[in-house]
Amino acid sequence: MTAVLEVKGLSVSLPKHADRPFAVQNIDITVNKGEIVCVVGESGSGKSVTAFTVMGLHDTRALTPTAGTILLEGTNLLGLDIQAIRKARGEKMSMIFQEPMTALNPVARVGDQIGEMLEIHTSLSSAERKVRVIKAMDDVHLPDPEKMYRSFPHQLSGGQRQRIMIAMALVLEPVLLIADEPTTALDVTTQAQILKLVRELQDRRGMGVLFITHDFGVVADIADRVVVMQHGQIVEQGTVSEILGNPQHHYTKMLIGAVPSMTPPARDPASGEVALVAKALDKRYGAKGLFGGGRVVHAAQEVSFDLRRRETLGIVGESGSGKSTVARCIMRLIDPTSGQVLLSGDDIARISEGTLRPYRRDIQIVFQDPYRSLNPRRTVGQSIVEGPMNFGTSEAEARKRAEDLMTIVGLSPDALERFPHQFSGGQRQRICIARALAMEPRVLVADEAVSALDVSVQAQVLDLLDDVRNRFDLAMLFITHDLRVAAQVCDRIMVMKQGVVVEQGPTAKVYANPQHAYTRALLEAAPGRQIFTT
Amino acid sequence: MTDQDLQSPKPAARPKDPTVLHLTLKNRSVFWGGLLLIIIVVIAALGPFFTVDPIALNPMNRLKPPGDAGTFGTDQLGRDVLSRVVNGARISLVVGIAVAVISIVIGLFLGLIAGYIRIMDAIIMRVMDGLMSIPAILLAIAMISLSGATLTTVVAAIVIPEIPRVVRLVRSVVLTVREEPYVEAAISAGTRVPMIMSRHVLPNCIAPLIVQATYICGSAMLTEAILGFLGAGIPPEIPSWGNIMSEGRTFFQLTPWIIFFPGICLAVTVLAVNIVGDGLRDTLDPRIARNMR
Repeated sequence: MTAVLEVKGLSVSLPKHADRPFAVQNIDITVNKGEIVCVVGESGSGKSVTAFTVMGLHDTRALTPTAGTILLEGTNLLGLDIQAIRKARGEKMSMIFQEPMTALNPVARVGDQIGEMLEIHTSLSSAERKVRVIKAMDDVHLPDPEKMYRSFPHQLSGGQRQRIMIAMALVLEPVLLIADEPTTALDVTTQAQILKLVRELQDRRGMGVLFITHDFGVVADIADRVVVMQHGQIVEQGTVSEILGNPQHHYTKMLIGAVPSMTPPARDPASGEVALVAKALDKRYGAKGLFGGGRVVHAAQEVSFDLRRRETLGIVGESGSGKSTVARCIMRLIDPTSGQVLLSGDDIARISEGTLRPYRRDIQIVFQDPYRSLNPRRTVGQSIVEGPMNFGTSEAEARKRAEDLMTIVGLSPDALERFPHQFSGGQRQRICIARALAMEPRVLVADEAVSALDVSVQAQVLDLLDDVRNRFDLAMLFITHDLRVAAQVCDRIMVMKQGVVVEQGPTAKVYANPQHAYTRALLEAAPGRQIFTT
Repeated sequence: MTDQDLQSPKPAARPKDPTVLHLTLKNRSVFWGGLLLIIIVVIAALGPFFTVDPIALNPMNRLKPPGDAGTFGTDQLGRDVLSRVVNGARISLVVGIAVAVISIVIGLFLGLIAGYIRIMDAIIMRVMDGLMSIPAILLAIAMISLSGATLTTVVAAIVIPEIPRVVRLVRSVVLTVREEPYVEAAISAGTRVPMIMSRHVLPNCIAPLIVQATYICGSAMLTEAILGFLGAGIPPEIPSWGNIMSEGRTFFQLTPWIIFFPGICLAVTVLAVNIVGDGLRDTLDPRIARNMR
């Protein structure tokens, strides 16, 4: 086996005021021909810095490689001038990115964007280029490449865009492909297809792939060898069976242990009083406006469910399935087109904001993005006491309760005086939970509340949600796209597709014996299900 | 992250963020532009105590070049140009600042309403579109010829065409901020609309508005001078830079200093204001500021 990429003793320094001196320190990674090497780690582990430094795309103002070599087929990339690196990019190595929308130019046709690679690096005529581009698009299994050649990125789905990116990266047949979380922004079924495609192309062309991911499920599906990184250093590397089957380093063990299992634990059916009922909830977008017409999007159709106290109902589905629409209708952040939302027997679906206000207390929400859920200009304490004070609680009392809540969510009470930017993502999510609890709600809606968190932090926040649910007798509506997470926390599951509930039932039953074809497809597509089933 | 980290939430391990004021003063264009502006303001405020009466006529000393008869020379009625320029600075600064403050306050109010309340959006923005379609100078001339030329009417005439720009700016910020999850969390917590506006939305509008205010201030001074030059501005007995230039126009080839000195002062003042504005934009816009650090 010949090495395509050899990173030897690479250190990349961070600017003076950063939290550590090196982004990555003394790392060795080898990618052989015909091999997929996965670099795994949580945010801040330096995995992306490694990839970007290899490509020479790192931010040169902040990051400086200070030691080591990066050998691409024996040539040290760190010693090359910009012209030579530019030539190597595309011809020898290329990269695909996490966000396929922003990685493509929105105002250029996708065929021309792929063709640009050939225009720069080869001297083919435009007719020859087009043939090569169509061939490349065909290789990544895009339907009808002739027609799609003339499409703009916004006309394609996320999965198709990522295929375009892959076609662009591979059109010059590089020996090394670097993939930086290429499936993180995609739906689970699309993710499975893209992973299969990467595997297939790599097999056929025998190139080396450096695959960056945070998801051990993806690792299990795709990797030949695994490199585990933490705080800029490699803590462990080995073949995929060694790492997954017999991890040595405690950090690797912790990461693997934190991956939620696909098998739901046994749960007793909830018997608390019914806290929330949705009846035939419907939401349509569009078709209003001055001139009528326009396309109607039926975001939620006839969604009905009931939710008891101390019960967690999971709504799972891919993007665009309408699961967040349902949550926002229930929160009355948007108005449902028709249907009922019964909160302790009273219909709140269509009442006026004034009449609704007292009911706001009873139902609270935790959002997905911990960085945008807290007003950056207000202290944590101000954010938490805002709600109770709206309903006449005195400041001292609200403050006192906020201090208790901080302890409950695992933060110290003096955190109330700080501003959100002083906390990590997981800590902020705890603050958001405390803010919701401060209202003493009966229903808590968690809208992808753990999706943006690293896997180890995710596990802790899930435990916290479970804990507060039991402690405060909450009914919880848990919205997620992650079936592994849903398996662990939900008593019942509701599967949505294009605004319609296709299946609902107790979690264990749905996972063991899915009735609807779509549910089966979702369960099939969950990454690493062969390994992480128990 | 371990559990221990969670127990004691230390501030994130990066160095403490420098305060906005500190960062702002570190910016070179804010510093030098601001210094220049302060000098101009001090001269405008204290100057009149040290110069001769700007409207005292002295027919014996007409159209004298800079020198013995006055540092900046004298005009066709023998008035001291230096004294008139120094006194004119006050008018320019007052007009600039008044226009900036008034149009920002009104524009902020209308913009918040337009951005947050759907029905008002259509109404307010159509009115603003209408206002924007009227040429600013023509509107000012029309207003002044209707109601007479005083400082107040000049300010009002310049404010009105500026308001739509501010409203648009504020509205666009509000439209972005209202989608933020923390605003939705506040709605869910039962916070009433005026509170959401003042607590969560307004603070986000301040930075772009300060920058906009400096540009409005600069362009208002220019407009005031244009109106004065056209004879449609501040009454001619009050020395303003526009008036002085307007009166000196006839003698420009003979006695260029009458136009030169107020012109240079106007240019330098507007330049200083705009430099400060550019610097503030760089420090207050987080996207740009990150690259500058």
